[in-house]
Amino acid sequence: MSREVRPAPPRYRNEIGKYSIYRGPLCANCGRCVEACRHGVHVRPEGYLHVIRPYDYRCIGPECKHAGCFCIDACPQGALKLSINPVSETMGDRRWTPDLLMSTWAMAETGKPPGKHLESEVGDSGGGFDRLRFRFPDSPPPGLRREDISTRLPLNRRGDSRPGITIDVPWYGGGMSFGSTNIRALLGKARVAKAFHGFTSTGEGGYPERFVPYKDHVITQVATGLFGVREETIRRAPIVEFKYAQGAKPGLGGHLLGDKNTPSVAAMRETVVGVPLFSPFPFHSVYSVEDHKKHLDWIAHVNPRALLSAKVSTPIDVDMVAVGIYYAGGHIVHLDGSYGGTGAAPNVAKKNIAMPIEYAIGRVHRFLVDEGIRDQVTVIASGGVRTPADVAKAIALGADGCVIGTAELVALGCIRCTACESGRGCARGIATTDDELLEKIDVEWCTQRLVNLYTAWRQMLVDTLYRLGLDSVAALRGRTDLLTHLDYENEA
Amino acid sequence: MPVKYAIHHTPAKPRFRPIGKLGIVDWREDCSSCHNCVKRSCVYRLYRDEADTLRDEVGYLDYIYQCKGCLSCVQNCTKNILTRVVNPEYRRLGDGYYTPDLVLSTWFQAETGKIPVSGSGYGGPFSGPGFDSMWTDMSEIVRPTRDGIHGREYISTSVDIGRKLSHLAFADGQLKVDPPPLVETPLPVIFDRIPQHWRRGAVMTAVTTAAAEIGTLVVLCEADIRENEASLRGQAIPLLTTPPASAEQPGGSAPFVMIPDGPDVMAEQAALKRDHPARIVAIRIPAVPTVAGRVAELARDGADVIHLVFDSHGMEHGSSQPRHLRDVLRDTHTTLVRQGIRDEVTLIASGGIAAAEHVAKAIICGADLVAIDVPLMLALECRLCGECQHGQPCPIALEEIDPLYGVSRIVNLMAAWHSQLLEMMGAMGIREVRRLRGETGRCMFFEDLERDTFGRLFGKRKS
Ligand code: SF4
Ligand code: SF4
Ligand code: SF4
Ligand code: SF4
Repeated sequence: MSREVRPAPPRYRNEIGKYSIYRGPLCANCGRCVEACRHGVHVRPEGYLHVIRPYDYRCIGPECKHAGCFCIDACPQGALKLSINPVSETMGDRRWTPDLLMSTWAMAETGKPPGKHLESEVGDSGGGFDRLRFRFPDSPPPGLRREDISTRLPLNRRGDSRPGITIDVPWYGGGMSFGSTNIRALLGKARVAKAFHGFTSTGEGGYPERFVPYKDHVITQVATGLFGVREETIRRAPIVEFKYAQGAKPGLGGHLLGDKNTPSVAAMRETVVGVPLFSPFPFHSVYSVEDHKKHLDWIAHVNPRALLSAKVSTPIDVDMVAVGIYYAGGHIVHLDGSYGGTGAAPNVAKKNIAMPIEYAIGRVHRFLVDEGIRDQVTVIASGGVRTPADVAKAIALGADGCVIGTAELVALGCIRCTACESGRGCARGIATTDDELLEKIDVEWCTQRLVNLYTAWRQMLVDTLYRLGLDSVAALRGRTDLLTHLDYENEA
Repeated sequence: MPVKYAIHHTPAKPRFRPIGKLGIVDWREDCSSCHNCVKRSCVYRLYRDEADTLRDEVGYLDYIYQCKGCLSCVQNCTKNILTRVVNPEYRRLGDGYYTPDLVLSTWFQAETGKIPVSGSGYGGPFSGPGFDSMWTDMSEIVRPTRDGIHGREYISTSVDIGRKLSHLAFADGQLKVDPPPLVETPLPVIFDRIPQHWRRGAVMTAVTTAAAEIGTLVVLCEADIRENEASLRGQAIPLLTTPPASAEQPGGSAPFVMIPDGPDVMAEQAALKRDHPARIVAIRIPAVPTVAGRVAELARDGADVIHLVFDSHGMEHGSSQPRHLRDVLRDTHTTLVRQGIRDEVTLIASGGIAAAEHVAKAIICGADLVAIDVPLMLALECRLCGECQHGQPCPIALEEIDPLYGVSRIVNLMAAWHSQLLEMMGAMGIREVRRLRGETGRCMFFEDLERDTFGRLFGKRKS
């Protein structure tokens, strides 16, 4: 699978950007704006007489003025108007601001970090990652080169007989079930996982046959519903993940609304079409670490080559839970914070239950260090990790790496209208199994968008490490001394 | 196993076109009438449905109430002229506490009786003031108290209201003390006295009938008492305000009455119990900064039930730096616990209980149950515009409401709240709402988490 960056243009006629450029009737088609603009907003295709409609979503705004390439000034007719795009204000939310959405789209299109005109690192939630910043030294140490910085992450730290799997970037794709998400988007996720020697996860909806070519990069998830889980798929997976809870609806279990349970979904899950499906919470066979160990032993026995992961949410005793996972034989502790994404969850759960991941990481890291087992287990954080800056902050707080979900969907054009749960699912064809809607995207495009996103993220992460003077992402783990919090007095 | 408490709901469509959040503007000028947006882009068929209902009206409707905001129409418009904007009317809805989002969500619940569910993650702020600085806990594995939800198990949301004994005493194997009377409500939510400006048309009939239908109680003023059937069914708590409260007042013979706090309140309580010892008396008291001490005093003196009244935003009265109900309740609860009398008295909290999550959180902070008023009016489609308070006509003609319709809207809202309470309690592993009271171990406070995680890294938080 190629990691090559290629332009992956947006699939709608009018992509949304921060600015609107309006070309009025005074335009004489002189082409000055085409020459002036360095961002490809104004285009006159070969052989055309007319300048075509501006690609205004690429516009970086009035900043251009200082660089001497401002189309508005260049136009001899005064035909151009620049304004803030009013639509951008209606998109997104406090966590995923319009800027974060647009910058993710830009990365997915170009494979490059977005321009400075977009705030691509923090949202507007007013806490956690959004208030944390790095303290960069004045200059990086001499001799450090960006190309020598390692972003690799080993997943097996137990030193046992199981494979020493290492991934190229310190994040991998989150579990989305066949049933919650379009198979084409899922395949795109699997293919980018292969390209980056990383992983994606089946979620709990069974193992689509179309994943088989990417099987070395697909995690099988086992949840209480056991939908479509078979020993055969467990044997196939390099990592098997036990899902205890999910951050978006901690303590509630999975729920696929009846409408989304189409014939293909029902077949995969071995259930009846149209019936809402629950994966009750919690595992009713797990009352203790010993019970949890029995589950892991079962998997370990069925697949002697698999790494074992347990995905848990973030209760107050999340640190104890993490230690329990380690002693039960887990290789990966996957902490999913309370503000995570999901296909459908009661709003009351999304907002109120369990703690944000920013708190959980530090607690778990410290506790594992105190127990003397920190280096034998990989801690993966998720639930509100939106940007490479969030990844870096999570690692500085004490995680080894992250799982991302929403960011991947945003790269595919998700606008976070939060309607994914509705009858046919996502209007933009991403979180749907509706036959007509899933036609809206294709696998190649999804893959390319994700390859581009991963590439831009990696570049931004490397840049952060370089500026911090670190030669690897591993060296960032637990470096809280490199962080500062805007709400605290000694932030200087 | 006892029969499960369930609130049955039936859809109750809005009488008035609700105020939607998003609108599409700039439709007409320059439009090439290709109908890309109408025919192809909106998978929810919203434009078509709007057009169908608006045959007689001129032009398109700008604000599409049900618009999900997917932007497909905007992004597919052939001429890039469609723009989506936030409805200015939506922005004006409610206030900083009863936010437009909360109002819309309450309308949805009153219409459908369902829990609001959505996709994607949470999009709101990290934390906020008051109840928004608490997260409830969940248990990762099965604990002895935890059985999960979804139909197999029984989670009780009922509470007992009244004085309780600190202990039982026996002599010769016989119970030596008379347990005081108790009223049980199936839901830790009762309906509070509805403010004057809303008590119009059939509103009170709708509120009292809805209370009767779901088995909860309603606080009524004297004027309401005779008119309303629910009072006859024992659902009413007459608020006896004419001092001194007496059994002769309208409603004064009810088995459960409420009186305002005052210097002689315990004497009034005694007088009310004299001719009717099984009567429960609740003392209504504004939550002022010194309220914890007053509550303890009343509890020691033998009060049955104390109803703490906060302002409509959940803030205490009479303070230049008012605290939120969250903190006042914790303070009051711990004061009572320290004095060893918490279990003897019932605490009701009202004011600022705006959503289902607030019920659980107020109980965690120390209330036994809550009383609500504004959400009931929101259920009846109120827009909190305040016109009625100024004698202006009500945009939703509240005075014309059909009582049966009003009942179904309120019942639906309570059904949705009940389900959400079950979700939260299920996640916490708590099977009885009685056990949730004061259970701060089942929640996490923003300031504690900040101190334990960021505080140890970054020192002192800026105030
Ligand atoms: S510079 Fe002005 S007149 Fe010339 S093509 Fe651009 S918009 Fe038209
Ligand atoms: S934004 Fe989406 S839901 Fe709203 S009208 Fe347009 S296509 Fe329909
Ligand atoms: S897609 Fe654009 S041009 Fe076509 S009908 Fe809609 S608004 Fe008009
Ligand atoms: S809608 Fe306005 S006028 Fe009508 S009851 Fe509500 S606040 Fe009063």
